[in-house]
Amino acid sequence: MKIKQLSIFLENKKGRMRKALDVLAHNNINIRAMSIADVSDFGILRLIVPVPDRAKELLEANNFLVKIGDVIAVEMSDEPGGLNAVLEILDESSINLDYLYAFVDEKEEKAIVLLHPEDIDGGIKALKNGGAKLIPPEEVYDW
Amino acid sequence: MIWNEEAECMPPALREQLQLKRLKEVVKKAYDNVPYYKKKFDEAGIKPGDIKTLKDIEKLPLTTKDDLRDSYPFGMFAVPSKKIVELHTSSGTTGKPTVSGYTRKDIKTWAEVMARGLTMFGLTEDDIIQNTHGYGLFTGGFGVHYGAQNIGATVIPISTGQTKRQIEILEDFGTNVLIFTPSYGLYLAEVAEEEGVNPDNLKLKSIGFGAEMWTSGMRKEIERRFGVPAFNIYGLTEIMGPGIALECDAQDGLHVMEDHFYPEIIDSETLETLPDGEKGELVLTNLTREGMPIIRFRTKDITALRRDLCSCGRTFVKMDRITGRTDDMLKVKGVAVFPSQIEKALLKIDGLEPHYQIIVTRPQHLDELEVQVEASPGLFSDEVKELVNIRKKIENQIHNEIGIRVNVTLVEPKTLPRSEGKAVRVIDKRSFDE
Repeated sequence: MKIKQLSIFLENKKGRMRKALDVLAHNNINIRAMSIADVSDFGILRLIVPVPDRAKELLEANNFLVKIGDVIAVEMSDEPGGLNAVLEILDESSINLDYLYAFVDEKEEKAIVLLHPEDIDGGIKALKNGGAKLIPPEEVYDW
Repeated sequence: MIWNEEAECMPPALREQLQLKRLKEVVKKAYDNVPYYKKKFDEAGIKPGDIKTLKDIEKLPLTTKDDLRDSYPFGMFAVPSKKIVELHTSSGTTGKPTVSGYTRKDIKTWAEVMARGLTMFGLTEDDIIQNTHGYGLFTGGFGVHYGAQNIGATVIPISTGQTKRQIEILEDFGTNVLIFTPSYGLYLAEVAEEEGVNPDNLKLKSIGFGAEMWTSGMRKEIERRFGVPAFNIYGLTEIMGPGIALECDAQDGLHVMEDHFYPEIIDSETLETLPDGEKGELVLTNLTREGMPIIRFRTKDITALRRDLCSCGRTFVKMDRITGRTDDMLKVKGVAVFPSQIEKALLKIDGLEPHYQIIVTRPQHLDELEVQVEASPGLFSDEVKELVNIRKKIENQIHNEIGIRVNVTLVEPKTLPRSEGKAVRVIDKRSFDE
């Protein structure tokens, strides 16, 4: 149930993010979801792509610093309180989140939240027990 | 006013005579009492008796900082330890510090040359001098102190720091002469301005500054801020401390106290002595020191000597302000920093590759040191807070190594220049040319 996520180190310099995305575009790799975390002089670009290992290789060949990590994808209802219901489950199991980001698929009319808890296996277990709908990798990548 | 007219305005022929006499004495003393010199001279096939003219000094081997370090701690002393009354050391940033030992007479000489210099700055026995140089193993504090006391001025031995207190004392005590490093002076000026001090209400008449490289722009800024002239002090611990060369009110170079120190300029590659007026590495010889006579010490400071007549009437040769170094030493906030120290600090951090670049800037006249480090797979984490922690860790490690705070910037891999041969590690954006 773990989704592979790419984390890319980016210097806070003009054109760096575009350079990274160019590498993916030229290799015909579509981005499913993304988020960026930044401090003043650098940032971490997080991406979900259908072929994470291939994307990592390509980016590394272009001197980017890349890591692959795991996140959890959970479907939520695209309405007020949708995300809260998911967070409540984690809260009740005392699972702490490092970060999350969400996106909406218009075709399917559903919203997906990508979660990165400190304890990823604990998170999966809690969400399952709490009745949340976890989305398997194939669906996320393919979507 | 001239403190010691007989010495400072000595006719050149007389000075040379005195220098030769003293050179012969000091070379013999070093040869007879310091095993290091005996060995060095014997290897070079030279005896003290071979010194017949001043020019013969060029036959003597040069002494480097490494030579002094190899003799750590007291190997260069030429007298029994009971004759040594005081010790100082260099900061020890590049390894073992070098130790300097002084006899009672050496301290007297120090007080003499510093009194000459402070007199150039206008200090008299009626004045109050505020000495912000640090007191301790650093020679700056005590050198100024001895000179000022020799004159009979009132010394405020406040040392560096406590900036608000400095300003309060400057105002309340009516300080006449202020001693500082240029960067601390400019900081002091800024705080004074914040505190609403009007320089017109101060009793300042001059400033003495040293221990760092500076530009004429910095001097002008100091003079503008405090409204008084500022004069340069040169010295180094290995030879004595501040007082080797000082600037008169012509503000056109520093008079080297030639009756106590013999200056030469050499080409640092060929080691040949260069004629007056040519830029090169300053080499100094102690002519009168008892405790630790140093022969032909390579200062690694770049300057030139000029023999033109000075409007002040002093006949001692003038050296230009230091405009560079022959090694890669940087002076940042008055502290000696070598790129190798930063590399050493970086290597202590797991997962870090020592690709780095040092950028020195001087915004608003205060030195800032930025170290750019390439992020590496071993270092990279998906967590922002971990990256921030790593950066902090690198900053602390460098701080431990060099003693000053730096800003570390993580940059992408392979973005720092790789050069063939000697790596360009340092970008010094400060300009010392003007």
